[in-house]
Amino acid sequence: MDNLYRDFILEHYRSPHNKGVLDPADLQFADSNPTCGDEMSMTLRLDAAKERIDDVAFDGRGCAISQASASILTDELRGMTLDQVKAMDPKEVLDALEVPIGPARLKCALLSYKVLEGAVLGAEVAWPEEAEAVG
Amino acid sequence: MAVQPLQERSTAIPGAFSGTALRADFPAFETPTRSGKRLVFLDAAASAPKPRSVIDAMADAYAHHYANVHRGIYELSEDATNRFEGARRKVAAFIGAPSEREIVFVRNATEAINLVRYSWGRANIGEGDRVITTQLEHHSNIVPWQQLCAEAGATLEYVGITDDGRLEMDDLRIKLQPSAGRKPRLLAVALVSNALGTINPIAEIARLAHEAGALLLVDAAQAAPHMPVDVAQLDCDFLAISGHKMLGPSGIGALWARRELLEAMPPFLTGGSMIIRVTLEGAEWNEVPHKFEAGTPAIVEAIGMGAAIDYLNALGMDRVREHERFLFERAWDALSEIPGVRLLGPADPEIHAGVISMLLEGVHPHDVATIFDHEGVAVRAGHHCAQPVMLRYDIPATTRASFYVYNDLDDVQALTDAVRSVQQVFGV
Repeated sequence: MDNLYRDFILEHYRSPHNKGVLDPADLQFADSNPTCGDEMSMTLRLDAAKERIDDVAFDGRGCAISQASASILTDELRGMTLDQVKAMDPKEVLDALEVPIGPARLKCALLSYKVLEGAVLGAEVAWPEEAEAVG
Repeated sequence: MAVQPLQERSTAIPGAFSGTALRADFPAFETPTRSGKRLVFLDAAASAPKPRSVIDAMADAYAHHYANVHRGIYELSEDATNRFEGARRKVAAFIGAPSEREIVFVRNATEAINLVRYSWGRANIGEGDRVITTQLEHHSNIVPWQQLCAEAGATLEYVGITDDGRLEMDDLRIKLQPSAGRKPRLLAVALVSNALGTINPIAEIARLAHEAGALLLVDAAQAAPHMPVDVAQLDCDFLAISGHKMLGPSGIGALWARRELLEAMPPFLTGGSMIIRVTLEGAEWNEVPHKFEAGTPAIVEAIGMGAAIDYLNALGMDRVREHERFLFERAWDALSEIPGVRLLGPADPEIHAGVISMLLEGVHPHDVATIFDHEGVAVRAGHHCAQPVMLRYDIPATTRASFYVYNDLDDVQALTDAVRSVQQVFGV
């Protein structure tokens, strides 16, 4: 536990980066975690060519893991192309948390990834296989 | 704030059984948790651990008394049938049913309610009819009625709940009055709320429902494991229970209904066992309760549920209720003293079962449960299949601790210690 709730995670939870709503936005999407009902939305602004992410924000309420994950993930997005986002491996999102995520909390950790992919693809995406692991 | 350890504030548990001693009956407590600590199990409201007597009864039934029931003209089948039907008698006696023929074995309380929805509901609920349930219910006592009403063109109405988690009785009285010339046909309500622990005044609710001309379905899944339940005293018309919440196996539960209702209701599932005669033109139904038990039933699970009832009866349901009430009061008082803890549901232990739903300021219930887990304390975090309750209080989820016979004051202490650990980790 001391691992899971390291200061790194708790600081992102208490003072999340990129929290809020961009208005207007080029892309936006909202999704929820059925296990707990937590909802998260993401808004993105693109460059003139509509290829790269200029700015991003996430909003919603949730647990420390989902909030920290969204905070850390959104920090990485500026300057990335939409193709890079589409090709992103959910494992990268888990690795970026730098803490072991147990099976019961994988959906919390990957909600931000699911919302992001939904935003760039313009439709809800399935939970990545990683989120369905049970042991 | 320095809080005195619980053990110093209270003497031994009144009544004659000790949760500490009973833990020896449950193999689940033999294995330490990942963190190396003993398991403090506070999630009976989701599903209860099994005593060895239940596990042994099921192993013995499979090993030495197993054959299909109601069919074989041989000793082993007669033996299995006697044990299976014996379990039905135990269930009937456990809930005060006048006859075991009023007990229909189903998979769980959800299936019991769905049986009423499909069988009684389709035969009795039509266009413009009214069905009433409450905002306090488990989804299993809401979604079947939503589906029935949508299918029939009927209206579903919800009785509201108070800030402290009780049913709005004035609202219930209003909802029970005729509306547009229509009397309500059915009121479906839980005896105990699984999300908040509220004990509803069913006897009074039954009187009001019957005066209004409605039948009363009681979801007793969260009540029957924890307190005496008697269908005659409750004066209900249908009652649903689950075996797995009352120390029995999963995959078995029961519907009780008044004999005349069961006689008049059409079958739910059809096939083998539930018929007397089948021709190419049609079939005649078997007598109740077999009319509702199509196919080979969960024979060994029923026997296991019977063994669980034996275990509970040996303790005495009055004493089970007393035991949990004692733990509830101590836990409620101790948690109330911790700043930042918000407790949901009624404070009065008379109307609150051994379920405590709480919120910790600044910490999401999932994070609470994860940190509890590392302390060896198993609780449930989420909406408890009662999202309308969460909507009522505008919260996404709660952390829920629920007590049973094997819990003791050490567990209450572990619960309050775990709350402090969470607050320490999160610095709140």
